[in-house]
Amino acid sequence: MNFISGIILSFITVLVLVFIPFFGMQVANLQFVFGVIIPYAAIVLFLVGVVGRLLLWSFSAVPFRIPTTAGQQKSLPWIKPNKIENPSSAAGVFGRMLLEILLFRSLFRNSTMEFREGPRVTYEWEKWLWLSAILFHYSFAVVLIRHLRFFTQPVPAFVTMLESLDAFMQTGIGPLPGLMLPGMYLSGIILLAAAGYLFLRRVYIPTVRYISLPTDYFPLFLILAIATTGILMRYLLKVDVVGVKELALGLATFHPVVPQGIGVLFYMHLFSVCCLFAYFPFSKLVHLGGVFLSPTRIMANNNRFVRHVNPWNYPVKVHTYDEYEEEFREKMVEAGIPVEKE
Amino acid sequence: MMYDENKIIPMIIIFVALVTFPLWYNLGKAAPKPDPKIDTPVIQALQNKQCIEPKAAMKTTHMKILDEWRNDVVRGDYSRQMTTADGRVFEKSLQNGCMKCHSNKTKFCDQCHNYMEVKPFCWDCHIAPKETN
Repeated sequence: MNFISGIILSFITVLVLVFIPFFGMQVANLQFVFGVIIPYAAIVLFLVGVVGRLLLWSFSAVPFRIPTTAGQQKSLPWIKPNKIENPSSAAGVFGRMLLEILLFRSLFRNSTMEFREGPRVTYEWEKWLWLSAILFHYSFAVVLIRHLRFFTQPVPAFVTMLESLDAFMQTGIGPLPGLMLPGMYLSGIILLAAAGYLFLRRVYIPTVRYISLPTDYFPLFLILAIATTGILMRYLLKVDVVGVKELALGLATFHPVVPQGIGVLFYMHLFSVCCLFAYFPFSKLVHLGGVFLSPTRIMANNNRFVRHVNPWNYPVKVHTYDEYEEEFREKMVEAGIPVEKE
Repeated sequence: MMYDENKIIPMIIIFVALVTFPLWYNLGKAAPKPDPKIDTPVIQALQNKQCIEPKAAMKTTHMKILDEWRNDVVRGDYSRQMTTADGRVFEKSLQNGCMKCHSNKTKFCDQCHNYMEVKPFCWDCHIAPKETN
């Protein structure tokens, strides 16, 4: 698929999705559908889908250790092994996974290869992908945790702490009066910027553009739409947050209520979030669970000292030398062939 | 056949527990709706019980109004008075404007702010009014 049509297709899909509640609300009072039924359906789909995926993956046998290694393997006692980059034990794998999941270590190794000035290959230090990825994921995590203030009463201390850290830049004086009120959250801005960069690099870098599909653009646009509606709601167009919390708490306590007059922008935001949750288990986003099960990362490189038996090996008929000698001993003795047992 | 079920099943349990955090955290806790009171003596004595803007607008944009007032009074055009759409004149002031009518901070401001776990920085500088009851 041409990359322009891929972008346009996914952009229009997201646009349609975001505006479904907008028109849905104009035609009929569908607050209960958009505020209660769809969120419940989305979260059930998300949970069942992701757990189903994990179970599905767990049915695949992984009989051989296939870790990608980047360090000295454990061998002779006087050769120093690299315990993290070439783990030989569970502890090493744990350390490796910790670095992988919290710091995106394998992405940090990213480099670009380019032809420059004739047939000359250059390998370049390339950290922008790593930087935007880590900013994107962490700010998304912070945004997600911050939203717990709508779903909990009283709000747990870790949420309020994270919130005050996130809003430590107090920018009461925005470029427009009241623009950055109440307290500006860094995570929202960083999320938008990082996701924007991740989109731009797909368009700008020819090799990445070539392998980008609508399924790459769609989640990016959806997340950009979520961040945009959220930021608009918080800083510019404003909705009734007390009503939002009543609705969210109602969902969390299974006493759904639909307060009137929250504002359609909220339903647009909520519906896009529901789309993301529902889409999650069926898309590349499921790397949330997949990263914990990636065969090239989660295995110790112990092929040389632990025997791994393929579980689907069929039983092989063998005829050992002992059995052979037992069968032919007399003939062997007759022919003068040496035997082990007389 | 499942492989590594001793690792995958705990992983699934942790995942489900994390995602459903709001469900089990709120179990057995009643969440009372905030109920801001506007029954102060000053408001009750008013003929026209109308704030500077309609209730819905006040609910969502009062922080913007306060910020604009602050900028006007401190570093803007130094105007200290504002006129509402229906011609009433109010002072651009938290303590001498808003709090003159809404003198019940704990039963008015704090109701929603506590519910939303919002900590406005008004009271970093301003002194909260003394409440009699």
